[in-house]
Amino acid sequence: MLDQIIHSKSEPGHVWPSESLTRVPYWIFQDPDTYAAEQKLIFQGASWNYLCLSVELKNTGDFITTFVGDTPVIVARDSDGELYAFENRCAHRGALIALEPRGNTKDFSCVYHAWTYDRQGNLKGVAFKDGIKGKGGMPASFCMEQHNPRKLRLAEAFGIVFGSFSNDVPPLEEHLGEEIYSRIGRVMNGRTPVVLGRFTQALPNNWKLYMENVKDSYHASILHLFFTTFELNRLSQTGGIIVDASGGHHISFSAIEPDAARDNEYAEQDIRSDSEFKLADPSLLQSFKEFPDNVTLQILSVFPTFVLQQIQNAIAVRQVVPRGTGRTDLHWTLLGFAEDTPEQRLVRLKQANLVGPAGYISMEDGCVGGFVQRGIAGAGGEQAVIEMGGAGADSSESRVTEASVRGFWKAYRAGMGM
Amino acid sequence: MSQDVVNLINHVQGAYARCIDNGQLEAWPDFFEENCTYKITTADNYAQGLEAGVIFANSRGMLRDRVASLREANIYERHVYRHFLGQPWILAEDAAEVSSETSFFVARIMRDGTTDVYATGRYLDVYRLNGGAPKLRERIVVCDSSRFDTLLALPL
Repeated sequence: MLDQIIHSKSEPGHVWPSESLTRVPYWIFQDPDTYAAEQKLIFQGASWNYLCLSVELKNTGDFITTFVGDTPVIVARDSDGELYAFENRCAHRGALIALEPRGNTKDFSCVYHAWTYDRQGNLKGVAFKDGIKGKGGMPASFCMEQHNPRKLRLAEAFGIVFGSFSNDVPPLEEHLGEEIYSRIGRVMNGRTPVVLGRFTQALPNNWKLYMENVKDSYHASILHLFFTTFELNRLSQTGGIIVDASGGHHISFSAIEPDAARDNEYAEQDIRSDSEFKLADPSLLQSFKEFPDNVTLQILSVFPTFVLQQIQNAIAVRQVVPRGTGRTDLHWTLLGFAEDTPEQRLVRLKQANLVGPAGYISMEDGCVGGFVQRGIAGAGGEQAVIEMGGAGADSSESRVTEASVRGFWKAYRAGMGM
Repeated sequence: MSQDVVNLINHVQGAYARCIDNGQLEAWPDFFEENCTYKITTADNYAQGLEAGVIFANSRGMLRDRVASLREANIYERHVYRHFLGQPWILAEDAAEVSSETSFFVARIMRDGTTDVYATGRYLDVYRLNGGAPKLRERIVVCDSSRFDTLLALPL
């Protein structure tokens, strides 16, 4: 026993190595205890987590099943027109209550022993509660009102539904702050979203490596050659990053200035991104003007695991679901809007080639997290160096910075008490 | 007549699978008509009538661009596929076109030898017969699963 205690103390310490945001220890991506603590402190802590789009639950009785962290959750619309969310876990013995990803129902019934719940997650029936012929059954003291799956608070931002297990987290709009909240509104823009497709990309890495990647404006034009060659995203375009005060939410954006002269920064640095090739069918990149500004790219994240993406006219929601220390599911929901013309819809279908598991500018993000996860095997005590653009986690006019990655760690450490 | 068509489709589909599995991606667009549709989607999306694909092309040029991007732009770990195709089921045929459905099973072999079932599903095809040299006017690749491991680079 003493040996075990001494041994565990000599393991690479699970203490953050320094106060600085510029170093991240690799055990944070490997450690099962950390993973378990994240479920409690981050996902079930003072956070708002993406659940679904309001439009996916139009009618009374519509429901979806989703996850907050790795906790299964049901979201349903009840006859009062409101949405409700609760754990997808029977209060009896813990089985999933709903198995289908979506559907319409009057109530929910656990298949194991037929305990039933209404669409607000209240336990309404227990099979054989009073026994049979006076024998068996639940004790008279059993009170159904005291046995419900945990319920979530819900909030919507422009038709996007978030849930929280926390009673302490501030209201969603306040939690996000004006800069983030308004830019969700910029994309949704009062329109009715239409789901064009759903795909799941299974990532061979810890969920935080994907979120780092989302927030990393430094890599975009280096790893993703397609992006750069076709001038969707040169670091020398106008743009910048916005990091909220908590550090956890961010926006990376770029805007076209058609008259701006192209500079030679890439050629001088001999970065791989400098090659030239032409599209046989350039209609892929023929966008329509969707927004009053000139912003062609806006990647927006909400801590811990929500991403709203505008890349030209490719609009998508990405939900990151952790599935263990080294596995993550990335759920893509590609969006159009009911207001789209047929021509605009076709543009969106073509530009969907940019994103998703086969995306010209996102397929690399599917593998690069795995390269890190494999690269750091056996190096739990070593650290990542995140110093591009300084040591802070502030908004910046330059995207040659890792400020929003540092912001992620700032919010993460606050949530984890590290 | 139908058996001839089955043989013809079998032959061209064998060549299609061999083309991809042997890494001759530059020849892959030539299995399609100039005006064509190629889409990879999932059984769920297909059943729900959701339009978007993991890959969507409505011209042979877009297929050539896909190959060019894989060759010159995209970063992914070296891997190969091994396609296993079922017998084509003829859905409809006339003098000019054949609609068929063919099940597929694709194993993915990574450079370290890891071999996985990468995708199963069905091709929903419309071939123009072109007097004995059929080409795809439409191929909808309906994957049984909605889950794509790591990424989808090589076509299915």
